[in-house]
Amino acid sequence: MKTSRFWAWLVFVVGAAYFFIPLIATFEFSLRMRRGVYSFDAYRVVLGDARFQETFAYSVTVAVFTILLGVFLVVPTAYWIRLRMPQLRPIVEFITLLPLVIPAIVIVFGYIRMYGSNSPLPFLGSARGTDALLVIGYATLALPYMYRAVDTGLRTIDVRTLTEAAQILGAGWTTIIARVILPNVLIAVLSGAFLTFAIVIGEFTLASLLNRPAFGPYLQNIGANRAYEPAALAVIAFAITWGCMSVIQILARFAPKSANRPN
Amino acid sequence: MTQASISDTAIASRSAPPDARSGFRLPTHWLGVAPFFIFALMFLILPTLYLVVGAFQNDQGQYTLDNIRQLFIDKSIRDAYWVSIKISFWSATVGAFIGLAMAIAIVRGGLPAWVRSSTMTFSGVASNFAGVPLAFAFLATLGRLGLVTVLLRGIGIDIYALGFNVLTSWGLIIVYLFFQIPLMIVIITPAIDGLKREWGEAAATLGATTWQYWRMVVIPVLWPSFLGTVILLFANSFGAIATAYAFTGSSLNIVPIKLYAQIRGDVLHNPHLGYALAFGMIVVTGLANIFYIWFRTRSERWLK
Amino acid sequence: MADPFLSIQNVKKSFGNVAVVKDFNLDVGAGEFVSFLGPSGCGKTTMLRIVAGFEEPSAGKVLIGGKDVTGLKPNQRNIGMVFQAYALFPNLTVAQNIGFGLKVAGMPKAEAQARIDEMLGIIKLPDFGDRYPYQLSGGQQQRIALARALAPKPKLLLLDEPLSALDAKVRISLREEIRSIQKKLGITTIFVTHDQEEALSMSDRIVVMNEGRADQTGTPFEIYNRPSTKFVANFVGTLNVLEGTISDAASGTVKINAEEIGLKGKLNGSKSGDTLSLALRPEAISLGRKAGNDSNLTGQIADVHFLGSVIRVRVGVGQNVVSLDTFNSPSSPPPVVGQKTEISFSSGDVLVLH
Repeated sequence: MKTSRFWAWLVFVVGAAYFFIPLIATFEFSLRMRRGVYSFDAYRVVLGDARFQETFAYSVTVAVFTILLGVFLVVPTAYWIRLRMPQLRPIVEFITLLPLVIPAIVIVFGYIRMYGSNSPLPFLGSARGTDALLVIGYATLALPYMYRAVDTGLRTIDVRTLTEAAQILGAGWTTIIARVILPNVLIAVLSGAFLTFAIVIGEFTLASLLNRPAFGPYLQNIGANRAYEPAALAVIAFAITWGCMSVIQILARFAPKSANRPN
Repeated sequence: MTQASISDTAIASRSAPPDARSGFRLPTHWLGVAPFFIFALMFLILPTLYLVVGAFQNDQGQYTLDNIRQLFIDKSIRDAYWVSIKISFWSATVGAFIGLAMAIAIVRGGLPAWVRSSTMTFSGVASNFAGVPLAFAFLATLGRLGLVTVLLRGIGIDIYALGFNVLTSWGLIIVYLFFQIPLMIVIITPAIDGLKREWGEAAATLGATTWQYWRMVVIPVLWPSFLGTVILLFANSFGAIATAYAFTGSSLNIVPIKLYAQIRGDVLHNPHLGYALAFGMIVVTGLANIFYIWFRTRSERWLK
Repeated sequence: MADPFLSIQNVKKSFGNVAVVKDFNLDVGAGEFVSFLGPSGCGKTTMLRIVAGFEEPSAGKVLIGGKDVTGLKPNQRNIGMVFQAYALFPNLTVAQNIGFGLKVAGMPKAEAQARIDEMLGIIKLPDFGDRYPYQLSGGQQQRIALARALAPKPKLLLLDEPLSALDAKVRISLREEIRSIQKKLGITTIFVTHDQEEALSMSDRIVVMNEGRADQTGTPFEIYNRPSTKFVANFVGTLNVLEGTISDAASGTVKINAEEIGLKGKLNGSKSGDTLSLALRPEAISLGRKAGNDSNLTGQIADVHFLGSVIRVRVGVGQNVVSLDTFNSPSSPPPVVGQKTEISFSSGDVLVLH
């Protein structure tokens, strides 16, 4: 027992070192901009950079639209599948897993070839259209996570019973979805939303290949041309990811645990 | 009698779904899932099919296997696949073993509960911390001016003089471990939780040593989930591009970077060869996922 | 006991500051079936795990076959154990599960196969060798687990609530089967349960445990009919408790409400004026006067539950409510709630709880 605990500690400490050293190193590096002393100059430069503000705002906007599109696509589908068409379930689950199988770069390659300015659906013909295609692409990438989060949420609340109970009380479909189902899966939807946000905010491949002024390509550009700012940006990006994951963890504590729990 | 018929009606009206009352409801039935299927068709399936079909066509639109053949003949493409497979293989297997060891340590090692919960939280974060910033972090750590490089030089070990360079395949493998290990921990921990304490106790009362128990029960039980996850990690790094691109620019010859360059500027001077390159990626990750699902169902059947 | 096979001597066990087992002593004869019965948290499972070697006692020792095994690891003790959750190895077939102990012991293949077939015959699942645990029902899994535990011919069989996870019907058939296999093989067995019915129906002896101590050790008959403490009386079977006051210690007269009954020779040492609790099993009480019952009390029917062959009646006697069972006889009308009635019992059946 004693020896196994020693090995467990050893494995844990070595593993933790691998993860913490880069984080510490990055942070330390980000403070080295001013020669000889530690300072937050790199952060000041980055945060004051107009391009940073523009691209970050752009990516946040795209993320918000992505989340809205994802919710609009996933919640009614997952609900309907649970309630009425369980026979379609394997097909829908398979489709939602496809974005994990098909690399993002392949998907965007397909977009570029299919939706060019000469195609019947010229998404890429205008900046707005390209923005829309970017949102669509991100919604596709986030589909596996969003669907799984919402479907798990629906499973714990026993959709069928809730819906039937609402129907007995005379509720129509709008009322059922808006007043009964959504509030109950809100936590799950929010978890999916924050995960989507974490994925979208610094995404590089799609934004870069669609030539949109997003945060990911900006990061790459800074990385290629500056020394200390990238480290500061990495710290900021890690903090954002950490923030999103913490929110998901906190949300999980409020999630309904079972169908029978009054809520 | 009267009472019975009343309650029958009540039950019947309650359990009947609303649309069962009239027979003309089939279209609305499908309306609920139509947006999803249209979306999936337009933005997931058709774009992919477009490339797949294109991979088997030439400039004139005739069907051919030339592009696929070219993938194997063109040395630069063959090398790119080989380097990609090598990086994915090593980052997946090394990440899987380290992740497994850490998962066993936090679940079975008798460590305090906070170790487990904080490791799981951190793994959730780190498995999603990929892309460009991850490359920055490792440049700040193991780059020529990175903290670790500088500290090691301070004690007389110059890793760059010893032939180390973070901007190589091996450097990239070390970087990929940063999300591969946590992903392994996140996926394999439930499987280790599934190992029941009683199995070990039953084995002990039957006279088995710890090693015999591991060899005859633990390893066979974990094997399918482990192998399945290795394959998932493989696919995970095979399609990744952002980290590598931010790390080495276009100098590292791996498939996603090659495809990136092709999309930007048709460096292969043959659009259909580009489709074939993409098709090859789908085949590799697709095969990997089929194996993953196959192993997964096997282990879930046991642990039901 | 002249030569006990299993001897537990002055065993104590604490986890941190919490004493889970407090000075436990027990001798078990070879071939005996002994149950540890008690509510959850009474220390019965901990005691079993000490015998198995999974827990080290804080003090005391355990002897198996006269040999001190206190310091031995579980895999050196030659015991068989069956768990509540079956604990079959999911990656092995039924035959491989049963053969696990034999393989570990290095038994030649042919010999092991013969033993596996024999065990499959004993548990009456002869054609199940090639199946996997996930293909079996709970009852079947538990029989396989029993066969696996018995295959290496252990000297001691430990059963840790093996029936608790099963549904009622399977539970009853399996407990009979376990008992008959145990008798046939003559293996010394410790059975841990919180179900008094299981303990009463299966055991040679029962140890009723409460807060880390053995409250009473005895045959099922003794435990049920002559419980020595209030806890045992309450835990085993249903019990009616009547509060009374001794009106005359010398003649053994006890006053319950306004009525008196005689309990001569049962009040050992109590004085007149003492209050005491009198306990009666439902089956010891009759509704109305009955030949052979020397004590009567009056009351009012509070509740009638029709259970088929039996009618359970609750009768209010002053402040107390007494449960009793009468057989259903189709020719006579059932008792009516609110009816005044008399209950009678034999003073010999009264348990005086101090």
